[in-house]
Amino acid sequence: MNLAAAELGAPRRRSRRKFMERYGHWLIILPPFLFLILFFLIPFAFALKISFAETAIRVPPYTDVLSITPDRHLHLALSLANYKYLLTDEVYAVSYVYSLRTAFFSTLICLLIGYPMAYAMSRSSKATQNVLLLIIILPFWTSFLLRVYALEGIIRENGLLNSVLLHLGLIHHPLKIMRTTLAVYLGIIYSYLPFMVLPLFATLEKLDNTLLEAAADLGRPPWRTFLEITLPLSVPGIIAGSLLVFIPAIGEFVIPSLLGGPDNLMIGRVLWDEFFNNRDWPVASAVAIAFLVFLAGPIALYQHYHAKEMET
Amino acid sequence: MGERFSPLLLSILCIGIAILYIPILVLIGYSFNASELVNIWGGFSTVWYRELTHNRQILNAAALSLEIGIVASTGALILGTLAAIALTRYHRFRGRLLLTGMVNAPLVMPEVITGITQLLLFVSMLQTFGWPHRGFTTIAIAHVAFCTAYVTITVQSRLLSADRSLEEAAMDLGSGPVRAFCEITLPIIAPALAAGWLLSFTLSLDDLVVSSFVSGPGASTLPMVIYSKVKLGLSPDVNALASIIIALVGTFVILAGFLMRRAERRRLLEIQMAER
Repeated sequence: MNLAAAELGAPRRRSRRKFMERYGHWLIILPPFLFLILFFLIPFAFALKISFAETAIRVPPYTDVLSITPDRHLHLALSLANYKYLLTDEVYAVSYVYSLRTAFFSTLICLLIGYPMAYAMSRSSKATQNVLLLIIILPFWTSFLLRVYALEGIIRENGLLNSVLLHLGLIHHPLKIMRTTLAVYLGIIYSYLPFMVLPLFATLEKLDNTLLEAAADLGRPPWRTFLEITLPLSVPGIIAGSLLVFIPAIGEFVIPSLLGGPDNLMIGRVLWDEFFNNRDWPVASAVAIAFLVFLAGPIALYQHYHAKEMET
Repeated sequence: MGERFSPLLLSILCIGIAILYIPILVLIGYSFNASELVNIWGGFSTVWYRELTHNRQILNAAALSLEIGIVASTGALILGTLAAIALTRYHRFRGRLLLTGMVNAPLVMPEVITGITQLLLFVSMLQTFGWPHRGFTTIAIAHVAFCTAYVTITVQSRLLSADRSLEEAAMDLGSGPVRAFCEITLPIIAPALAAGWLLSFTLSLDDLVVSSFVSGPGASTLPMVIYSKVKLGLSPDVNALASIIIALVGTFVILAGFLMRRAERRRLLEIQMAER
């Protein structure tokens, strides 16, 4: 009885095994694949669709782009008005340019501070390295929003910075930093510095020390070794770190909203206001789509370097 | 490598670390200020902490955020681990490039874009299917989508460094692929799984922008409450709340790091013992 059952079961088990060998990997691939298609990729199609709609006083607050007319015809109502509006109203062009400029200079400053930090970390002993790594990673884990709020405590008119400077007699009137461009820069640099240091450190740590020793043996001064070997070899880290700061910084909302003044119109903030204050969903969608088009290049570049990093 | 830093390098390292830490330390200091005026030191007091325990709005928001954080990071752990296995083990399948893209893009995608696009999807879905209503469900789904990316990256790099030959040996000895994976590879990548879950949890707990877009009336997460309070002006109870969150997360992360390091050392030791 048992034997018969086993004989009957064997081919079935074998065929199940064969099935698993051929199609089993789809059981692993499909769940994340379908989830991300549905909840990450398809949403962009909806944003594109609604960017062609018009605002309407109803729920949800926009007109139908695709509809079925009473005589059963598919009706497509595309309106380019939102995109025209983006081109005619100066606010959008100004805020795009302003966001790009702010992100660019903050990235540059992050690189200038972050590179020496990562370099010093990579030159230190393993034990020191672990401690430093924890020190750099810890803020990365603490709340972004709370860190921006904490910075406000330092730079506001009666904050720590002004108190110290006044006390030392270096200034006689409190500096106005809050609600200025400087505050936005400080906010971005403070919040995004770990994103710059970590990829740089990862690249510099992997650097082949024998190359540096060989250069030193051949009598190269350290600064030339740095310029000729270390710097060129750390370019992937520089690019990865810069993109990790630059791309999210362009779309930053929390920092300009909490630290910046009314002139610090970054595109993320414009989109937010369009959506929450003006309740103009179609224009907000058009802003998002236009913004995405601008970002496609840098994001593709990041993907390229990241893929290379994962292969090696 | 000897530890000989040039003074310039050392000072930049110190300045960088100071930039990262001084604001947080000052914030924690202010949270014990008895005075309601933020710029005047009125003596040490825990009055703002006591006040927090009576604030229903903050307590409700904290409970909602914790629930969403647990659900979202668990979902992201499952999906992210599967995606990491798919990307490291299967090099040719239809849609691999697309999956790589969808996994990496959320890392750099500005939150305002993710937020608005997901909201538009949810609104259209609600119109067509009557589901999901904006609130807990939509926030949790949106968080899973961006946390999955972080889990995938964390687990992927660990899987790449894991030795596959052990698992293959187990399979040669007659163990099925699922069992071989669970008994050999899973313990090796366990620290990465823990790190991925923890990272997702903190990211979900911290998210303001995406949650604000996809949330509905009545569902306010902790960051949403903090943001609206801060926007209205400095309130001393936010200092206390922020200090609690920072202290909890800090302790949690340091403890987790310590435990993972110890588990890792024990594993290496076992390998050495086995090799003898």
